Amino acid sequence: MKNYKTLLDDLIPRKFDRRGTVWTTFLVVVMVIGIIAYIDQVIKGQVVTNMRDYALWGIYISNFVFFVATSFVGSVTVAILRLTNNSWRTPLVRIAEIISLACIVMAGLTIMIDMGRPDRLLNLFIHARLQSPITWDVIIVPTYIALSFLLLYFPLLPDLSILKKHFREKSPFLSKCYGILALNWTGSKFQKALQEKSIKIIALMIIPVGITLQSIDAWLFSTTYRIGWDSTNMGAYFISGAFVAGVGALVSVVYVVRKVRGLENYITEFHFDKLGKFLVLACLTYLYFNINEYLIPEFTAPKEESIHLNALVSGEYSGLFWFAQIVGLILPLIILLFRKGRKPLPMFIVGLMVVVGSWWKRYIIVTPTLLHPFLPIEGVPESWHHYFPSMHEWLITAATLAMAMFIITVLVRYLPIVPIQKTAEEKGLLETNKDIEL
Amino acid sequence: MANDNKNSRRKFLDKGIKFGLITALGGIGLSKIPSKLDAKPKNLSGDKMELMTTDGTLIQVDSSEVIEVAHSEDHDKKYNVREGIPNRKFVMVIDLAKCKNALKCVSACNKHHYITGENAWLKVHKMQESKDTAPYWMPRTCMHCDQPACVAVCPVDATFKRRDGLVLIDNERCIGCRFCMAACPYSIRVFNWSEPNQGEIKMTMDHDGHSSPDYAGLPSVKGTPDKCDFCPHTIKNGELPHCVTACPNGVFYFGDKYEDTVTNGDETLRFSKLLVDKAGYRLMEGLGTEPSVYYLPPVNRLVDFKDGLENYKKFESVETPE
Repeated sequence: MKNYKTLLDDLIPRKFDRRGTVWTTFLVVVMVIGIIAYIDQVIKGQVVTNMRDYALWGIYISNFVFFVATSFVGSVTVAILRLTNNSWRTPLVRIAEIISLACIVMAGLTIMIDMGRPDRLLNLFIHARLQSPITWDVIIVPTYIALSFLLLYFPLLPDLSILKKHFREKSPFLSKCYGILALNWTGSKFQKALQEKSIKIIALMIIPVGITLQSIDAWLFSTTYRIGWDSTNMGAYFISGAFVAGVGALVSVVYVVRKVRGLENYITEFHFDKLGKFLVLACLTYLYFNINEYLIPEFTAPKEESIHLNALVSGEYSGLFWFAQIVGLILPLIILLFRKGRKPLPMFIVGLMVVVGSWWKRYIIVTPTLLHPFLPIEGVPESWHHYFPSMHEWLITAATLAMAMFIITVLVRYLPIVPIQKTAEEKGLLETNKDIEL
Repeated sequence: MANDNKNSRRKFLDKGIKFGLITALGGIGLSKIPSKLDAKPKNLSGDKMELMTTDGTLIQVDSSEVIEVAHSEDHDKKYNVREGIPNRKFVMVIDLAKCKNALKCVSACNKHHYITGENAWLKVHKMQESKDTAPYWMPRTCMHCDQPACVAVCPVDATFKRRDGLVLIDNERCIGCRFCMAACPYSIRVFNWSEPNQGEIKMTMDHDGHSSPDYAGLPSVKGTPDKCDFCPHTIKNGELPHCVTACPNGVFYFGDKYEDTVTNGDETLRFSKLLVDKAGYRLMEGLGTEPSVYYLPPVNRLVDFKDGLENYKKFESVETPE
């Protein structure tokens, strides 16, 4: 009885303390500034960005790719670990589901920021043409949003019903909200069977859909004739990159949530150790595809391609390229190979390195290729020969990142971040406390 | 009990769907019957009309049977901007041996398309394959590919391929994703990053009924791309594109592949013979984009490459108004 109570006290959503309020206010401010910048962009046109006819895509696109990649964490950690019966996932899955949902929703929004004519958004449906990879994206992103939502929502039902009971006296309004969301969950055998089955189906579906999403994202690039994009390696390269970015984001968020909510008893060093090994696997896979993408072509690269590769390895983009490769991939790989590297704090730092490295990696994939066309760049102002994001682009991009973190923060605030019912069940607390649960 | 209920519901649904399908099919069938019945001559007027068939025999037909052929109605006059001019396949030949970077083509193009941006649709590249080979000037229009990469990736069919070979843009439909620009291996597309400010020109065009899409992408629209359009507004009237007429050196030949003739205004040549005689080629043939623009190699040049250097501007293709 007492045990279950402590568990409930530990895991029930709590009001923000001062840090939480300051953090949320900060995010809101960044978002508001970004929205103002975006309105300005809509009025003046994309001339406020530093994108021009050659660097025709910029950080809006690379940021979109980053969001899509990070959203992959829902498929890999939740679905794959569930289907392979890895029970250590329990305290981590909800955070993964939340990150996944927040990122894919933001991916959908970010891609619209890049549109020259956002007012004609509906044309994508009215005049849709199936052979365009953008149409594939229009189909797959909402599908993934729906599946990610359900994968977060269905396992939540028992917890929502617990929250409804818990807040009955303390906050009738919250209790009512949880009640509505709980869909009359009673925990009956029939409901449980139905829930179990639904989750299984979604978990099965989200893996192919997630892989398709990442592939389509890669095909956006590889269906063009551009040097550096026109590569058969792209699909697998993006999937493995998404694996890295997603797990990296998961590690970082898990560490912060654990620290802020004091969940040391639930998310233990054991879990970090496991996550660390998972991330090593991701990094090794990604390393393999990086070798395929950048090292092997050096041998037979035609002239245009070797100009491109040299600009990455030793030219204009070498700083960013090696930053992304070393900080975002090689160093994490080395650190995580050691047991000490898989302790919570080092893991957190590695997670951040991976996330930042992943973000810049997407920049490196998008920008240099566009500035290495087949025909010479001539007859345009000198500034068009280079690209670095403008203030508008930074503000808007910062706002999209803030919005993703805002969604995560709000969900962490109102949802039990570690599944209550499942944890109780696993710890064997539930059988003796049936009356409380029902 | 619950199970039973479920089963019967499933049965009901299953039957319902089948029944619905049969009804729908039946309905379609029934609706066809009256039109079939209608096809039989109801009441002949008795008036006979003499007509000549295409092979020259005279026949008599009841006058009530005579109907005007629907498509004969201004078949040639009616110009559908998405279909293009019937039975034509426009091609261009650019003779690199003659080009000396006079840039008259560029300024004529800029003027007639009211280009207000900083990137011209038509540019002349300074080319040199390797340091031991001769440099040359290469005018570059849109290739109007027969397998256009830009059209393949457009999500809304805003850029399209016409039967007469032109690749054009419907800038009233375009969503501004710039995928076409990314897809084009020749980097020929330019984007209206801000309001094009074509000013009075836009008003005259609206006045003349030229406004897009009937004028094939003109005037320019903010947030959409533009590109070399092979001047459909001039070829529609049987005139040559502006770059062809503006070139003082006769570099550009324009014509119809089906007629097998191209002309630069001064001389008219057999298209296929020209390509064979002068070893014509297309840019990046290996990509399989099948361009409609052919190049003749820069051989036996009468002009010195260096003469063109006077006009060469690395960072400017559209003259900024004073």
